[in-house]
This record gives sequence, C-alpha cells and structure tokens, in this order.
Amino acid sequence: MKAFTVHKGLVAPLDRANVDTDMIIPKQFLKSIKRTGFGKNLFDELRYTDAGEADQDCSGRPLNNDFVLNQPRYKGVSVLLARQNFGCGSSREHAPWALDDFGFRCVIAPSFADIFFNNCFKNGLLPIVFSEEQVDELFVACEGEEGYSLTIDLKRQVVVKPDGSELAFEIDSFRKECLVNGLDEIGLTLRESGAIKTFEDKHQQRFPWLFKELNA
Amino acid sequence: MAGKTLYDKLWDDHLVMSRDDGSALLYIDRQLLHEVTSPQAFEGLRIAGRQPWRISANLATPDHNVPTTVDEREVGIEGIVDPVSKIQVQTLDDNCSEFGITQYAMKDIRQGIVHVVGPEQGATLPGMTVVCGDSHTATHGAFGALAHGIGTSEVEHVLASQCLVAKKMKNMRVRVDGTLGHGVTAKDIVLAVIGKIGTAGGTGCAIEFAGTAIEALSMEGRMTICNMAIEAGARVGLVAVDNTTIEYVKGRPFAPEGVEWEAAVNYWHTLHSDVDAIFDYEVILNACDIQPQVTWGTSPEMVAPVGSVVPDPEAEDDATKAEGIRRALQYMGLEAGQLLTSIKLDRVFIGSCTNSRIEDLRAAAVVVKGRKVADTIKQAMVVPGSGLVKQQAEKEGLDKIFVEAGLEWREPGCSMCLAMNADKLGEGEHCASTSNRNFEGRQGFGGRTHLVSPAMAAAAAVAGYFVDVRDLVKDKQEERA
Ligand code: SF4
Repeated sequence: MKAFTVHKGLVAPLDRANVDTDMIIPKQFLKSIKRTGFGKNLFDELRYTDAGEADQDCSGRPLNNDFVLNQPRYKGVSVLLARQNFGCGSSREHAPWALDDFGFRCVIAPSFADIFFNNCFKNGLLPIVFSEEQVDELFVACEGEEGYSLTIDLKRQVVVKPDGSELAFEIDSFRKECLVNGLDEIGLTLRESGAIKTFEDKHQQRFPWLFKELNA
Repeated sequence: MAGKTLYDKLWDDHLVMSRDDGSALLYIDRQLLHEVTSPQAFEGLRIAGRQPWRISANLATPDHNVPTTVDEREVGIEGIVDPVSKIQVQTLDDNCSEFGITQYAMKDIRQGIVHVVGPEQGATLPGMTVVCGDSHTATHGAFGALAHGIGTSEVEHVLASQCLVAKKMKNMRVRVDGTLGHGVTAKDIVLAVIGKIGTAGGTGCAIEFAGTAIEALSMEGRMTICNMAIEAGARVGLVAVDNTTIEYVKGRPFAPEGVEWEAAVNYWHTLHSDVDAIFDYEVILNACDIQPQVTWGTSPEMVAPVGSVVPDPEAEDDATKAEGIRRALQYMGLEAGQLLTSIKLDRVFIGSCTNSRIEDLRAAAVVVKGRKVADTIKQAMVVPGSGLVKQQAEKEGLDKIFVEAGLEWREPGCSMCLAMNADKLGEGEHCASTSNRNFEGRQGFGGRTHLVSPAMAAAAAVAGYFVDVRDLVKDKQEERA
C-alpha cells in the first residue's frame, strides 16, 4: 500500500449530497477480477452522456460538460470535496479503487457512509470529516479560485489552506499508523496469530458445532 | 451494572482482543463468498503467498451474475453469454478448487443467492459471526447472528486470519409492537422504518428489531427486515433468538445434532437482549399503522403508503431534502401530488435476497392465481432465491400459477436486483421490484425502480399500475388458499 504522509493537491467540489457507490462506480464495471483500471469509469453516469459498458474504450465517449471533473480547471485533481453521507449504498470496494485509480488521494466531506469510510483506509485513500460549515467554506473557496489546492499533512493531522491557515482533523491512531507507514492490515493482524489460535481453541471447545466441516 | 444487548453478547463471545485505539479483532465463524467481491481477495492472498486460515469456515456460491434463463444455465459456465460474467463465475470456481473451499456451483441444486443459501443450509446459525463481501449480509442477523457486510480487502483479511478488524457499534432498537394488518408484510415494516429514520438513521449502529410484530414474523419475514438494515444505514440488523428461530434451524444440513444440538439450543436461548439492557437509540412503530408501502424516489427512504401521493418538494422546508426530492422526481418521471396508484408500470421483478424465499413466492402466487398479467406490462418475472426454493415452489405448483398468469419463471440468482446479467430495465421504464435498492440506474441505465412487497408486486403485475393489494385479496382466507 502507498504510504500517505503529506499530500498537496488540486481540489474539485462535488456539490451533491448522498453520493452512493453506484454513482461512484456503476455496477456494470464491477465485473473485472482485478483491483486496478476503474478510474476511467469513475462517476460514469455523471461524466459521460451515453450508457457505459464494461471493457469499453472511454476516450471517444461523449462527455457531460456540466460535470465538475470534466472541466479543464480540475484536470489533475487529487482531493475531492464532497457533501454529506458520501459513499452510501453498496459495500463495493471498487468505489475507493476507482477514486484511487482516477488519482484521488483524499476525500473531504461532512460525513461518510460507514463501509465506504472503512474501505478508504484499506486502499491508501484518506477520508477527512469536517463540520458542515467548514465544508461549506471550502466549497466557496474552491469554486471561487481556479487552481485551489490544499495540503494534507497526515502526521500533524491538519489540512493547510493556500493562505497558510490550518484545519485540524480527527483520525484514529491505528488507521493513521497504517496509512503513514503504508502498512498492510493483514500483516498487522497476523502478528497476533498466537492470540487468534488460543481464542479459536477455546471457542471450539465452547461451541463445537461451529466447527463442523462444510464438505457434505 | 446494566444488562447486555444481544449485540453486546455476540461481540463479547467473539472478541479475540481489543486494541488501544478502540478497534478490535473479532473472530469470524462463517464467511460466505460469491463471484463479484472475492476474485481480488484471492488474488491478494496469492500475491502475498498466504493460505486461508480455516478452510471449513468458508462457503461459496455464484449469484450476482449467473444467467437466469434455462437455456444459458443448462450448459454450465461455458453457456454464460456475457464474457465478463463468465470470467467471474469461472474464477470463483477455480479459486474454490485451488483452495479447497466448498462451493455450490452453478449447476448444483443448492446454488442461489448467498443470503438465501446460508440460512437454508444451516450454514448460518444463531450466535455466529457471519461475513460476506456484500452489504446485505445483515440478512443473517435474523438468526441472532452477528453478520457484517464487508469489502473485498476484508474478505481477504478474514480468509487469511479468520478475524475482522471491527469497531464496536452503538446499540439501536427498533420496536414494532402490535399486529400487522391483513396484506401488510415484513417488507412494508422495514420500508416504513426506513421512511421514518432515513437512510442514514442507523449509521454506526447495530439495529435490533424487536417488539411483538417482529416476534410474530416467520424467519423469512425477519430476514427480509434485517436484509434492509443496511438501507437504514446500519451494517448490522438483529433479531433475538426464539423458538421460531430454533425450529427453522432444526434439521438443516449443517445444523448441530444430538448432544451438540442440546448444547447449542441452551446457548441460543441466551441470545436476546437483557431486560435491563440500555440502547443508545430507540425507535418505536405501531404495526397497525403500517400500510403497504411503495417507494417513489431514488432512495429507499423516499417511500409512502400506497394510498398516498408523490410529495411536493415545495412543501419541504429543508433545502437539501427539497433538492433531493426534485432530483428524484425528475429521474423517476413523476409529478408532485400524483397518486402512487397512478404510476404505470413496465416491468415487475419478484426476487432478490430481500424477497425470493418460498414464503415470498407463495404470497405473490396467491395474488396472481387465476388472474392475468396486464397487457401493458412488458415483462414480469419471478426469480427464486435458490435452487432449493425453486424446487419447493415447483412441488407446490407455484411455477404453474405464475406461468399461467403470464409471469416468467426463472433460474435462481440475483437477476434484476442489480442488473449485472442480462435481466435489466430499459431507460425510463418503471419497475415494481421486491428488491432493496432503488438508486439511479440500479436495475439498468435510466431504469425507475419502485420497491414493494411480493404481494404488492404481484398485484401491480395484474393491474399494470400500483394498487392496494388489500383490495385484491380481500380476506385472510383467500390469502392462505
Ligand atoms: S439479490 Fe441483490 S442485494 Fe441481494 S445479494 Fe444479490 S445483488 Fe445484492
């Protein structure tokens, strides 16, 4: 996993509440058996005016020019500014994969859906929660100034605005450690193999019926 | 000290360790796998050179994009026309063989939607922790099991370590007391709950559904309700174990037997919230106020009783909500103030992990029996949740009732619930669907989904537009016939 320490990036505002994972990456693109290549279909139904299909070359598709990410000023964007309940709906991890593949490293919103929020951390994507007012201000600032960029300093847990002022954010320490070091979560858990085995043996003694072979 | 909630008990019995930051390792008893969210997990294992921790904890079946027509199914995987679907189903097959995981493959009679198959086989038992790379895993909470929908990285994590990194959620109780009116079902309860608390109402919570109306439900009804906990924002839905649960589990292929059964039942009887348990949130509904529900918008919370009208965004004070309504009406092609019963339908879909079990099919069959699908309906289909549900329905002659009425009788799978296979809506088409999501494009690009109960979907098929099923099936006698 890519380590996340300090990231400076262009910000794009997606002014829409309750953006669900179907909108982030529509289901016809979930059929891949790989983890990469979803970026070209990120926000597919908003981005293009035709119906997208899996395995399609997207370079010649008609673009929806009203859609924010299609505007030239947001080319090279890596920080997404979003509204409440971002990432609701289906648990598909393809949503953070698609955001990551497109080039996003960070999503800022007043609230996120649980599963999506969790999935971000597992893929090196940083979701940051700010209050409604703070997010409103960022929307105004970002829409008002071409090339508006933010610096996200994860170690210090602050977002630095262009004028140098800072907004502090919360993140749980474990997730921070994993992101900062690019640590794979499975490896971390397997360091506890001994404890898992001990628990499992006791669990099996207590609930032997849970360990029945399924090979019938 | 206050007593424990059911969720607290399940959590405590699976806690391997708590970490300083408030996260914990939770031991997972059962993982269900399907073709869409598992390939990358197996890919990850292979890349890292890891082996599954406990093979026998896993059970797999393809469901999301298996074709549902007999022609395509007869040939097996080779017969799947869509190339990408074929690769996914084939990859699941290959991974299960490579790692030795039990799979109910496409041609197995036990194949079906994971959330139908698990309980049906007794692979979901009370007191278990169950995970699956699918948000509707909440379904299994109907058994007093702690069931989480997880992402693909977590699928890989559980395969490799038999543990899930979890954070304790808050406890929410939704009490539904009283008796449901005739023609009103579990689906209507859960839609009414979502209408009341909203799609973010249960965020961060495990919702326990309780109260006399929930206790009176069959296991199938309870599964319908827990299935949609995720649509209320909660990853986990729960119902306490009682005799209904135990009766359902008894004799299933993977249920315990003999002395183990006795021991299990003793434990299962403890799986309920203590009387003095404290919930962080509580919501109370009265069952007799609940009427058959129809969603009119693009979120499950955009729901209303069948007798009402499409809401007016102008009448909404909250600007964000008003904008949401406006957007939804535009997408759905509806006018504010229009009667829900004036919505003309193009297709009807009876199926999905919410409503594809035998009881659901029976409820739909009662309504269409001796009637015909309206001429204006382009397609009405019934997709059983598993091969065994299909077999049972055919034994009862339900398939004939459907076919005579003009509905298609399909092979088991997710089908038009998410339109990953050929079963999907055309642009602008309205569909009465027994599934769980009405998001934009969920059932096909530009498709317009209205969520309803199986009985309501059947009634809509016959009428060609929404009708109050209670007008079609006048008394309980007929409902049971
Ligand atoms: S039936 Fe629908 S909701 Fe259920 S598992 Fe399949 S796709 Fe998901």
